[in-house]
Amino acid sequence: MSGELSVLAIIVGIAHSGLRLATPYLYAAIGEMFAQRSGVLNLGVEGIMLMGAYSGFFVTFKTGNLLLGLLAAATVGALMGLAMAFVSVTLQAQQGISGIGLFMFGLGASSLLFKTTLGTVEGVEGFPELRFCLSSLGLNSNYCLSQIPILGEIFLRHNILVYGAFALVPIAWWVLNKTTWGLSIRAVGQNPQAADSLGVSVARVRYVTVTLGGMLAGIAGASLSISLLNIFQENMTNGQGFIAVALVYFGSWAPLGVLAGAMLFSLVNALQLWVQVLGLNIPSDVAVMLPYLLTIITLAFPFRRALQPAALTKPFERGES
Amino acid sequence: MSKRLFWPLTLLVALALIAAQCAAPATEAPPPAKTEEAAPAKTEEAAPAEGAALDIEPIRIAIVMPSTTTDLAWSQAIFDALLRIQEEAGGEDVVEIAYSETMFNVTDAAAALRDYAADGYDLVIAHGTQYGSSLFEIAPDFPDTSFAWGTATDTGEGEGLHNIFAYEARAEQGGYVNGVLAASLSKSGVIGVVGPVEAGDAKLYIDGFVAGAKATNPDITVNVSYTGSFGDTALAAEAANTHINAGADVLTGSAQQVVGAIGVAKEKNVPWLGTQSDQSPLAPDIVVATQLYDWHDTLLDMIKKHQAGELGGTAYQLTLKNGGLTMLYSDSLPEEAVAAAKEAEAGIISGEITIDIE
Amino acid sequence: MQTRLKRFRFERMLDLLLPLIAVVGALIIGAVILVLLDKNPLDAYQAMITGAFANKNGLADTLVKATPLLLVGLGIVIAFRASVINIGAEGQLIVGAMLTTYLALELGEALPGFVVIIICLLAGSFIGGVWAAIPGYLKARLGVNEILSTIMMNQIAIQISFFLLRGPMIDPAEIEAGTNIPHSARLPKATDLPRFTDVARWLGFPGSAKDLGLTGFSKELYGLLVEPTRLHTGLLIAIIMAILVYVFLWRTTIGYRIRAVGLNPSASRYAGIDVPGYTVLSMALSGAFAGLAGAVEILGLHHRMFEPLAVSAGYGFSGIVVALFGKLHPLGAIPSSLLFGGLLVGGDKMQRAVQVPQVLVTALLGLVVLFVVSSEIWSRRRASRRVSTQSIPETTS
Repeated sequence: MSGELSVLAIIVGIAHSGLRLATPYLYAAIGEMFAQRSGVLNLGVEGIMLMGAYSGFFVTFKTGNLLLGLLAAATVGALMGLAMAFVSVTLQAQQGISGIGLFMFGLGASSLLFKTTLGTVEGVEGFPELRFCLSSLGLNSNYCLSQIPILGEIFLRHNILVYGAFALVPIAWWVLNKTTWGLSIRAVGQNPQAADSLGVSVARVRYVTVTLGGMLAGIAGASLSISLLNIFQENMTNGQGFIAVALVYFGSWAPLGVLAGAMLFSLVNALQLWVQVLGLNIPSDVAVMLPYLLTIITLAFPFRRALQPAALTKPFERGES
Repeated sequence: MSKRLFWPLTLLVALALIAAQCAAPATEAPPPAKTEEAAPAKTEEAAPAEGAALDIEPIRIAIVMPSTTTDLAWSQAIFDALLRIQEEAGGEDVVEIAYSETMFNVTDAAAALRDYAADGYDLVIAHGTQYGSSLFEIAPDFPDTSFAWGTATDTGEGEGLHNIFAYEARAEQGGYVNGVLAASLSKSGVIGVVGPVEAGDAKLYIDGFVAGAKATNPDITVNVSYTGSFGDTALAAEAANTHINAGADVLTGSAQQVVGAIGVAKEKNVPWLGTQSDQSPLAPDIVVATQLYDWHDTLLDMIKKHQAGELGGTAYQLTLKNGGLTMLYSDSLPEEAVAAAKEAEAGIISGEITIDIE
Repeated sequence: MQTRLKRFRFERMLDLLLPLIAVVGALIIGAVILVLLDKNPLDAYQAMITGAFANKNGLADTLVKATPLLLVGLGIVIAFRASVINIGAEGQLIVGAMLTTYLALELGEALPGFVVIIICLLAGSFIGGVWAAIPGYLKARLGVNEILSTIMMNQIAIQISFFLLRGPMIDPAEIEAGTNIPHSARLPKATDLPRFTDVARWLGFPGSAKDLGLTGFSKELYGLLVEPTRLHTGLLIAIIMAILVYVFLWRTTIGYRIRAVGLNPSASRYAGIDVPGYTVLSMALSGAFAGLAGAVEILGLHHRMFEPLAVSAGYGFSGIVVALFGKLHPLGAIPSSLLFGGLLVGGDKMQRAVQVPQVLVTALLGLVVLFVVSSEIWSRRRASRRVSTQSIPETTS
């Protein structure tokens, strides 16, 4: 038992870890949300994340340039998203199974590339934690905003990709609800025939959303390999991509819902780590189980009904009734 | 719809079978091929003498591992040792190594083990406890092949098997030394441990670690957390972060997932104590000490026993005493800390220190 | 009319060949990668095919692998037919394996072996069904999406297994040795599912293939059935189950209703079918097959429980692929599980034969899956063209 730790310090610790843990889930789940809102279930997120994590890491490792690494991750992710779009929109393949195919390809290809180009686990200098120090503004003070009690300690000690993930939520909300594009996406996912008759290109919308989803999944991978862990290891995402897909369902296909789901899951995960660290008398297995258990229980409360896009997983062909 | 794919697939299977049948004669060949391989092997007996330090006859070794040869942990430790033996013995002509990695699926691993044995490999290593049941079924069919299995203590003598070696690492010994070191290094009085699943090798190591830390400083706090998985790199990283937030200024952990935790330790500049494989290449300034699993002597002894006609029956232990566990210390460590650690090493070797584990 | 019929025949041929072409396409990409890795693709692929199908041990491995794939796949067929997406087969398989282990250890000495086997198979199915019925109930009554809940249930099953295996169910020998490895004791020998070779012995088959003067592939086939391999009677259970599921789904009222609920829930509701009830039922049945797969793996193959993920071995996902490749038809799942089992076994053999990283096989399998599902568009297109021209009556679809 570490008696010196105050309850406040623990709460700060949980919140801080929760924000970090939520980061990859947010990128991947928001991207997946766009794809699903337009009617495409992409189960290959995990594979894209792995490829993103690898390419982001590799480019950073070789060039030392983090932005290039991020760009590489986003590009590779977008390309894999494009491939998924081609398979599921143009070729109208069964989406669940093609997603699994994409996942297996990403898992295998990222490991193969790792073996042939790196061969061993290496480290890089990832995106640094920002501290918002006054000195960086040219002020003659060594005070940093991250030292502000509680709020600063929770919110102002993260790297740029963590902030990016949270900034994505309102942006996604705005795009989805306030722009013509968002309207098209929703229309295509809800009633592609009607959207088509109104002159919206169903295929184009789906191509864009799935590619965007892939790009964000790639960045999700990079947020692990070049910002939170700063290493690449085979299969390092360990199922996070699938949880991201599940979080889209949890969040009822809305950015705020996804945020709520990602935060709930991550906070409880951070909590269980603290439960173990504090040596509370709970078996470690039971602690690890907590986030999964609580997610199910939360969903069992009938506070809302899921609004699944009506055309989800259904390929569209003009002239179909 | 259903019928349409049924037939193509049947056809596909049929084609595969036909192809297999065509190819069958090729697989009939192995018996002569095997003797061919054996024959040059004998003539090469003189070869190792040229520059080889190891006095062993040519041998073919196969290993099946649950994770990768580059995991910086369990699998890499033994694979590195094999490569070292190969190098010392005079290269691939003397020691031929074949490996199958990421054989987490036991069914696949069993197929690989049988296949290697059937292929005429002399020593077939099953580098995972979970392979035991399969190994015990396969071993009787290949009475001339030696098998090795770890972590394990059971050589199958009870079931009438005589061609199985068993091996295990007494991880608590190096864990104890690392614990002593951690307690000497820690200024905050808090140490963090990132474990995988609370069992087996990891539990031994961590129990030893806690005992060592407490023996050095009874007031020290050792916080232990488990991720519930061997490969959850991201959660291991966050566990390390949590330990640091809880005041830990020295960290340790076990299994292939810890590379994530080392990444965080590196970023936060917190010293890391490693186990299993040497993790210092990943973060030379951070990984300040390692309990290295050195399988070299164990494997060499198996090879020699095999070549002397003793195909199994020995259960090996890696200990500090027999050199199977080696402590690596970084030069950056303070002298007193290393002195305390070396004293603990000597105490364990002489038997003065006994480690109580649950 | 004559030319049309000819064209139809040709297209029909093309339909049959499409999956094959897709597989070949994926293999060609693999060949390019192999060349880049400085390996001979022909050697590699020869090893792959011979490794999976050419000799008795390869065939046995393929069939041993196909057994859980088929069982899990059958469960997926039932769930997907009812429009329930069961991603939780992994967890259902694990709980089935756990309960089987527990019962076999508890009852193994007290009762005759075959009684224990039957109890274990039933209990494994039962607990798997219960484990799946929970998300099924949550979906039917509370609208909780099953993709989410089944993924969560998988993790819960894994952690419960670890908890039990390192505590109450740990092999006492492990505590004695101080190694504390999380696995159970070996089950009593009497509870082993008979292997094919055991059955052959009981039936009084004559000696080895050599004695009978068999050669070539027939020798291997004979060896597969008679000589000691790992092939166990779990395979027969799986095949019988496939036939039963077919009869169940297409020849019984309950099966018909399950499919009706899947095809059109609102119409089913008007027809007076208890839609939520059938959702729970189909999920429970689906889990029962995964649980049965777990029981069969333990009794037929592993004979003890160890790391849960090493037992479930990704069958949750590959089972979905098997079901979908089999066009969600129980009988289609049989060749589909064979093909997939063969690819997995052959891929491992390829790794050993030419020493390529095993992950290459994973990537190739991913491509095979992608190519095969993508290629279906051509057969679908032609099918719809045929319907629109009305020249040839549409076949079963």
